[in-house]
Amino acid sequence: MSMEDILQIRDLYVSYGGIEAVKGISLHVERGKIVTLIGSNGAGKSTTLKTVAGLVRPKSGQILFEGEDLVGRSTDQIVARGVTLVPEGRRVFPNLTVKENLRIGAYLRKDDYSRDLAWVYELFPRLKEREWQPAGTLSGGEQQMLAVGRALMAKPKLVMMDEPSLGLAPLIVKGIFSIIREINRQGITVLLIEQNANMALKTADWAYVMQTGSLILEGTGQELADDETVKSAYLGVKK
Amino acid sequence: MKRPMRREAVLTAAILLLILAAAVVLDAALPRYHIVIKVIKKGAVYALVAVSMNLLNGFTGLFSLGQAGFMLLGAYSYAILCIPVAKRMGVYQYFQGGIMRFSLPELCSGVFGEAAGTVVGMLLALLAGGLLAGFVAYLIGLPVLRLRSDYLAIATLGFAEIVRTFIQWNALGPLTNGSNLLKSYPDLPGAASYLLLIGVFIGVIVLITSSTYGRAFKAIRDDEVAAEAMGINLAHHKRLAFVISSFFAGVGGGMLAMYMGTVQALSFKSTMTYEILLIVVIGGIGSITGSVATSFFYIAGLEWLLRGLDSGKFLGIKAPGVFKNGFRMAVVSTIIMVVVLFFRRGIMGDRELTDLLRRKNRRRKEESEHG
Repeated sequence: MSMEDILQIRDLYVSYGGIEAVKGISLHVERGKIVTLIGSNGAGKSTTLKTVAGLVRPKSGQILFEGEDLVGRSTDQIVARGVTLVPEGRRVFPNLTVKENLRIGAYLRKDDYSRDLAWVYELFPRLKEREWQPAGTLSGGEQQMLAVGRALMAKPKLVMMDEPSLGLAPLIVKGIFSIIREINRQGITVLLIEQNANMALKTADWAYVMQTGSLILEGTGQELADDETVKSAYLGVKK
Repeated sequence: MKRPMRREAVLTAAILLLILAAAVVLDAALPRYHIVIKVIKKGAVYALVAVSMNLLNGFTGLFSLGQAGFMLLGAYSYAILCIPVAKRMGVYQYFQGGIMRFSLPELCSGVFGEAAGTVVGMLLALLAGGLLAGFVAYLIGLPVLRLRSDYLAIATLGFAEIVRTFIQWNALGPLTNGSNLLKSYPDLPGAASYLLLIGVFIGVIVLITSSTYGRAFKAIRDDEVAAEAMGINLAHHKRLAFVISSFFAGVGGGMLAMYMGTVQALSFKSTMTYEILLIVVIGGIGSITGSVATSFFYIAGLEWLLRGLDSGKFLGIKAPGVFKNGFRMAVVSTIIMVVVLFFRRGIMGDRELTDLLRRKNRRRKEESEHG
């Protein structure tokens, strides 16, 4: 493995709910980059992220994070090593306040996280305004900000985002993607999965295309955006 | 953690102190067995048990119905550890005085002197009961907490029935007195001492719910998957909540034994768990204030204010044909149905006394600004 890879997945097989969702994929994520995994619904993208996060056990394969195999480790051990997941559908804690949600993000940290809290509030001033509101009262876009902020509170090296644009208005989606770039500028590696391939490919340094459990293409974001197969299948461009 | 609020906290503390002071006055003014004193004592005990159930069902989202079982463990621990040695022959008359050869209050009297020692011994016995309940919860927690919602409820309900049967087992007679009564153990003197003690225990629960652990419990309740993704170890935290809740149920059981004066496994049936569940739901799942207030209202209504409905005369109305045995329960059930219909989330929802005080203050402030 090359020295710059923060994450390497090798020959990963995952069965989920009785079907083989991931069929032997191998991919790598370079440190400090934004990598995206695009593909249609049910391609196995979400399952891949959940497996890296330790929420789902793989059938076989290796998941190397900074050279250490994460397979068999529990989610709290994986979070403690610096990998966090922004789950699909935001999944904020609706009855907890915005601040409580953020503090849950830092749950495993023993050090002082007040600087990270200030940073999250700087990234999302809206969250600071709503600090004492129950998260359930936030709008969809604000909840997505909170979900991202919550993941950042763990002081991750790698943030995995599962469909952050799902169900959000185009303007909000733009905002979320500019935040993703900002986070990345601060040195955090991002692994992003998206159905909104257009935005994802524009943002990513490297991209993979996943189809029914296998990776079928890879390249820089621009290369894939220009690829005819990708254009017709995922970008909605007619030949 | 909610928004910091010193003013509301001070007001709340003042209200609680006033209630305590009122209880001291009542203790001095009323005879020991007056119904008001009894209502305060029993209401306080139910408040603790309801809050302990709320910690699990309301704050962590685990639907457990094992409360009566854990209370029973606490009640028996308290009674067994506190019966004076001289009285054991009489209590354990079918088991040659039983196998326990000491009594905690008497042992402690030897160290701290008669009065202080008795109280210390009683408190130690209560804590021992809580520890036993917590330990048993730890043991059964691992298999049982893998179950979800209804299945967890069924398993814990079954556990409580097993405990009740086990305690009545004749082979355990030298320790538990089999299916016979345990009695002659000491009680705390007045209603105020009950309130004080319960206040301390509930205060500890409040501290737990507002700690980092409490936040993790609430996160699990709100969204298990997201909580796990944030690195909260589900198995560990659920077990912790179960053990803490059971500990306080055990302590509450010990105090119930204290209040009742005699204890018998037979009275810790699942109906007792349902009563407490009712209090938690009516008061508001996730509201400690709701559980506490409802406990007192429920006990006061059932044991005191509505008694007339059973005895032929209520609020000056004499109607022996309608007001007869059992009518009280029909009225209580009707009240409960009405409350549930109009307060879908219980009387308090998930708010606390401090929230109510804050809201009132803010309204007053707004009025003074605009008016």
